[in-house]
Amino acid sequence: MSSATPNAQSQEKAEGDDFVPKIIVFCCNWCSYAGADLAGVSRLQMPPHFRVIRVMCSARVDPEFVLRAIQKGADGVLVAGCHPADCHYIGGNYRTRRRIALLRMLLQQFGYDPDRLRLEWISAGEGEKFQKTMVDFTKTIEEIGASPMRGGD
Amino acid sequence: MPENTSTEKEKPRIGVFICHCGSNIGGFVDVKAVTEYASTLPDVAYATDNLYTCAEDGLNNIKETIKEHNLDRIIVASCTPRTHAPLFQRTCEAAGVNKYMFTFVNLREHCSWVHMKEKEKATQKAKDLVRMGVARARFLEPQEETRVDVTPTALVVGGGVSGMTAALSLANMGFPVHLVEKDKELGGFVRSLHALMMTTKSANETIRPLIDKVNAHKNITQHLSSHVASVEGFIGNYDVSIGGDGAEPKEVKVGTIIVATGAVPLVPDGLFGYKEHPGIITSSEFEELCNKKELPRLKSVAFIQCAGARGQKVSYCSRICCNVAIKSAIHIAENRDNILGVTEEKAAEAGEAVEEPAAEKKAEEEGSERRRRRRGRGRQAEDGAGEEGAAPSSGVEVTVFNRDVMAYGVENELEFNKAREKRVKFVRYGPDNLPKVSVKDGKLEVGYFHETLKMERTMPVDMVILSTPLVAQPDAATLSQLLKVPLGQDGFFQEAHVKLRPVDFATDGVYVCGACRGPADIAESVSQAAGAASRASIPLANGFVQAEALTSVVDETKCTGCGTCVEVCPYSALRKNDEGISEVIAAACKGCGCCGATCPEGAITMTHYTDQQLLAEAKAALEEV
Ligand SMILES: Cc1cc2nc3c(=O)[nH]c(=O)nc-3n(C[C@H](O)[C@H](O)[C@H](O)COP(=O)(O)OP(=O)(O)OC[C@H]3O[C@@H](n4cnc5c(N)ncnc54)[C@H](O)[C@@H]3O)c2cc1C
Ligand code: SF4
Ligand code: SF4
Repeated sequence: MSSATPNAQSQEKAEGDDFVPKIIVFCCNWCSYAGADLAGVSRLQMPPHFRVIRVMCSARVDPEFVLRAIQKGADGVLVAGCHPADCHYIGGNYRTRRRIALLRMLLQQFGYDPDRLRLEWISAGEGEKFQKTMVDFTKTIEEIGASPMRGGD
Repeated sequence: MPENTSTEKEKPRIGVFICHCGSNIGGFVDVKAVTEYASTLPDVAYATDNLYTCAEDGLNNIKETIKEHNLDRIIVASCTPRTHAPLFQRTCEAAGVNKYMFTFVNLREHCSWVHMKEKEKATQKAKDLVRMGVARARFLEPQEETRVDVTPTALVVGGGVSGMTAALSLANMGFPVHLVEKDKELGGFVRSLHALMMTTKSANETIRPLIDKVNAHKNITQHLSSHVASVEGFIGNYDVSIGGDGAEPKEVKVGTIIVATGAVPLVPDGLFGYKEHPGIITSSEFEELCNKKELPRLKSVAFIQCAGARGQKVSYCSRICCNVAIKSAIHIAENRDNILGVTEEKAAEAGEAVEEPAAEKKAEEEGSERRRRRRGRGRQAEDGAGEEGAAPSSGVEVTVFNRDVMAYGVENELEFNKAREKRVKFVRYGPDNLPKVSVKDGKLEVGYFHETLKMERTMPVDMVILSTPLVAQPDAATLSQLLKVPLGQDGFFQEAHVKLRPVDFATDGVYVCGACRGPADIAESVSQAAGAASRASIPLANGFVQAEALTSVVDETKCTGCGTCVEVCPYSALRKNDEGISEVIAAACKGCGCCGATCPEGAITMTHYTDQQLLAEAKAALEEV
């Protein structure tokens, strides 16, 4: 997903190594939040830069939430929901998928790296996938660099 | 303070309880520092730390502090809401604080346990998480849970062994049951079977008593040759219309619904020469021939396992077909019930009495059973019982071509061993080397690759029995849409949780059992049916359900009646009222928020997960500190 080649956005990169990414993770209650719990129970270590916000279903993540988070200086936003086939809410996450695809396009139009927004399906049994996603997404965000909105409010 | 400000919202008084969880949190996060930080946050009236917040004295501490400091909302920062929220919510309620005024902050699973080597950063994150919790808590509002009365009647769809068992269990508990069966008779697939595995009773002898009990039960209303035409409503209050053959639809009211519609065997069109020769049949057709006593004279029979399964027409293993083939192979080998129609002379030729006296036969069976048990479960080499020339006592050679034998569980394994003792041959084939069935001069033969000899061989046979998988009912999708319950990839009904909630659907009030949930034998279907009946009886027995106050709320002044929300709601929990404005059926709403995130007018609020609350949380997470 992440582009290795530096692009326009990464010129905004904060100087030096003191960039501490701020990452918001929207987790659906039934699958991904439970997956994150399982990662904890299994003591899977991961970078400490993400903050989880619990929602009932990934389809609850209003586009406005994502845009407002970016506007308030989030360096990355991850939306994590159930795998399409086992959505607790009968296919709510199909809607999420379409919405995130659109939002990524929108972010690009506004000059943000679309990879600042990611969607992952993480089930209740996938503690390891939660960890891997966090490690990988944090790396992506570190590569892209600090959001131009950081610091401004 | 002047009197007249009493109408103004009072300033929140938040209490924060931060847990060490022994050393689970305390060992990796500076809990004292987090507590100190918490007490500086806006509207926090009190903050403290506990060694174990969930222990008796931790809970008492919360209750006492609520009174002492006049707290109106509580935050516990500890483990995970998924296990501990109900406990703390009850504690709040015991001290007079509405349970929706409680916020959970996850410091263990999402922080201390996943950042064990960086205490400073973990402590900073813990502070952030508490700040997010406080930001959310400031916007919480008390909620009333709706209590919905339940019609104490159940609907069971499908009158096979599963549906009948479920209906009887509920009827025996005293609840009226409507049993809908699309066929003109009860009994389901078992009715067409001949003999059953692991019992000497025939399928008919096994199912008949169950049918009789259902027929005799005064609490069960049968709707034969019928189908569910429409379903409106939600847990406790379903209006179901039952359509019959040309008859006027019948309207019934039920509180809970059990789906038990079974499965059908795959028709192996185009596979292994099916239909090209009358001797190529499926295992279900074999059962029918046995029932009708129309089996032709046989000398050699081949079973082909996984015919159409595991990567051919369907991807899964149908579980029961190996055991079914083993059952039938034994019956042929033993000529059980004289199914082969072998004449007296023919049997004499083979040196066997056809009709063994029943008592003797039973004694012999029990003897060999004991021998088998003594021998334990160790498998002999595949193909081991098949030395040249040795044939089963019935004189019919039986070969089971298989990819591997799925004789799961102790009993099935014993049957497998028994088949080999009866000289049934088990010949393995690889997925890339399917056996080939061909007809030469009107005679059948099976060509196969002998895995041990590494060479192609052919075997002349009189009959090929294709063990085809059970597949979903062709009309399962219709029922799934009517009831708003999901089907899995393979078209079978999908339970709420594969391990923890095997007979529930995610939708409250609807349950599932038997072969419609995936291939299952009778014993498995019966246990699932008993489970589903017991789950379905809980709301019926309680007489009411308490709906969590996690629902959508439509602001009538903002709604333009576009209908988008009605369309997206996966639970039909929204409808347009007489004025064309959207309205929520609280008891049906599951609070997923699809509608809230989709409404173009922003007319929908989600209780307890309001935009305001979630945005406050996000904003707090992003504050530069
Ligand atoms: C060849 C073969 C041999 C077998 N041998 C054995 C054996 O020896 N021992 C054993 O334990 N198991 C055996 N089984 C498995 C056994 O048949 C199943 O375990 C059993 O039938 C499952 O019962 P059920 O009630 O779940 O489904 P079913 O028996 O399929 O019953 C479902 C019922 O629901 C009805 N129905 C379907 N859709 C609707 C609808 N939309 N509305 C209303 N009614 C509907 C159907 O008409 C049917 O009556 C065998 C299966 C096969 C294929
Ligand atoms: S989507 Fe919004 S505006 Fe449209 S009907 Fe529903 S509540 Fe009303
Ligand atoms: S929250 Fe979900 S279940 Fe409730 S009305 Fe909205 S879309 Fe339907």
